[in-house]
Amino acid sequence: MNSYQTFSALVRDNSPVALVTVVDGPSVGSTMVVTPTGVVGGSLGNADIDRVVSRDAIGELEAGRTLVRHYGPHGESTPEDLVDTETVRVFIESFSPPPLMWIFGAVDFTAALARVAKVLGYHVTVCDAREVFATRRRFPMADEVKVTWPSPMFTENGHRLTSRDAVCILTHDPKFDVPAIQGALATSAGYIGVMGSRKTHAKRLERMAEVGITSPADLARVHSPIGLDLGGRTPEETAISIVGEIIATRTGRNASPLGASDGAIH
Amino acid sequence: MRELLNDIDRWQADGKRVAVARVVDIEGSGPRGAGAAMAVSQDGEVSGSVSGGCVESAVVSEALAILAGEQPSRVVTFGYSDDEAFAVGLTCGGIIHLFIQPLEW
Repeated sequence: MNSYQTFSALVRDNSPVALVTVVDGPSVGSTMVVTPTGVVGGSLGNADIDRVVSRDAIGELEAGRTLVRHYGPHGESTPEDLVDTETVRVFIESFSPPPLMWIFGAVDFTAALARVAKVLGYHVTVCDAREVFATRRRFPMADEVKVTWPSPMFTENGHRLTSRDAVCILTHDPKFDVPAIQGALATSAGYIGVMGSRKTHAKRLERMAEVGITSPADLARVHSPIGLDLGGRTPEETAISIVGEIIATRTGRNASPLGASDGAIH
Repeated sequence: MRELLNDIDRWQADGKRVAVARVVDIEGSGPRGAGAAMAVSQDGEVSGSVSGGCVESAVVSEALAILAGEQPSRVVTFGYSDDEAFAVGLTCGGIIHLFIQPLEW
C-alpha cells in the first residue's frame, strides 16, 4: 500500500488520521500519514523532522486542528534554532471521525433531521424502543437504527459522546424523554435538545424535577422546546431549525440575521 | 478530502494522473477554511471545491500545469493584495493560499 491508500482506508474507516505535507522548503510535496499512535506511511525527508513533526501532528489531531507549522530542515522548532536556517513549512491536516447525532424517537421529524444531519457530516443513530417503528426501511439515511430504551443506550455507549456530538429527543413521551434527558446529561454531549410544545415543555420540567434534574447548569444544557424560532412547520423546516440551533450552540452566536448586526462573519 | 476519495480512486483506476489542491491558509474573510480541497484529473475532470466558485477555474489551470510538469508543486495564492497579481480573486476580499501537488505519495 502507498501512503495515499493507507490514508484513504483510515479516512473511510472513520479513524482519526493526520495528513502532513511539506508545502514549502527543500522537500516540498513530501507527505507523511500520522495516526494517534505514530507514523503509518511516508516521510518528510529525514528521521529527525519526521520525529518532531509526527509528535506535533498527534497533538493537532487530538485537538482536531488543521494548520501550517514552521520547522528547520531537521525539525528545529525553537526561535533560536531557526535563525539562519531554511524554513520548512508543513501543512498538518486533521481528519477526525465524524461527530455523532443520536435521535430518540422514530417519527417523521426523525427522518427529516437524519437527512439534514447527514448533509452536515454527522454519523446518525436513530433509537426507539418500538420495533415496528425503528426500522432500517423507514430510516435508510441513518447510519444506525437501534431498537432500545434510552437508559441502556446511554449506559452502554454514553461514554462515546463528546462536546462535538448532539442528542436530539423527539419522542414527546415522558416515559421516554425523561430517562433520555437524564442519560444525556450524564454525558459530555455538546448539544441536548428536546421536542415538544410549550405546554409539553412545562409539564416535562415538572417530571424532570421529580427525578432530581433541577440544577441551573443541567437545565441550561437542555434546549427545549428544541430548535430556533424560524416559524417553520414541516419536518424538514423543523430539522433546519434544529441543526441551526446546534451550530449556534457550538459557535456561541445568537442566530440573528447577519444583516441586523455588524462585525466579523467568520 | 474525504469527499474526493471516490472520484480520485475512479480516476486512478482508469490510469489517470490526479492533482490535489488544498486550502492551507486563509487571511481575512474566506468562504472555505483550511482543508477545503479539490481534485483535478489529467483530463480536466474536477471534484470538490476550494472557494465559493471564485477561483476554481484558475485552480484547474494551475493543477493541469503542475501535472504536465510545467510548474512545480507549490503554494498558490489568490487575493487582491497578492503581488503576483493573479487575474482572479475572492469577491469577499480575503486571501486564500492553496497547496497544489500531483497525488503521487
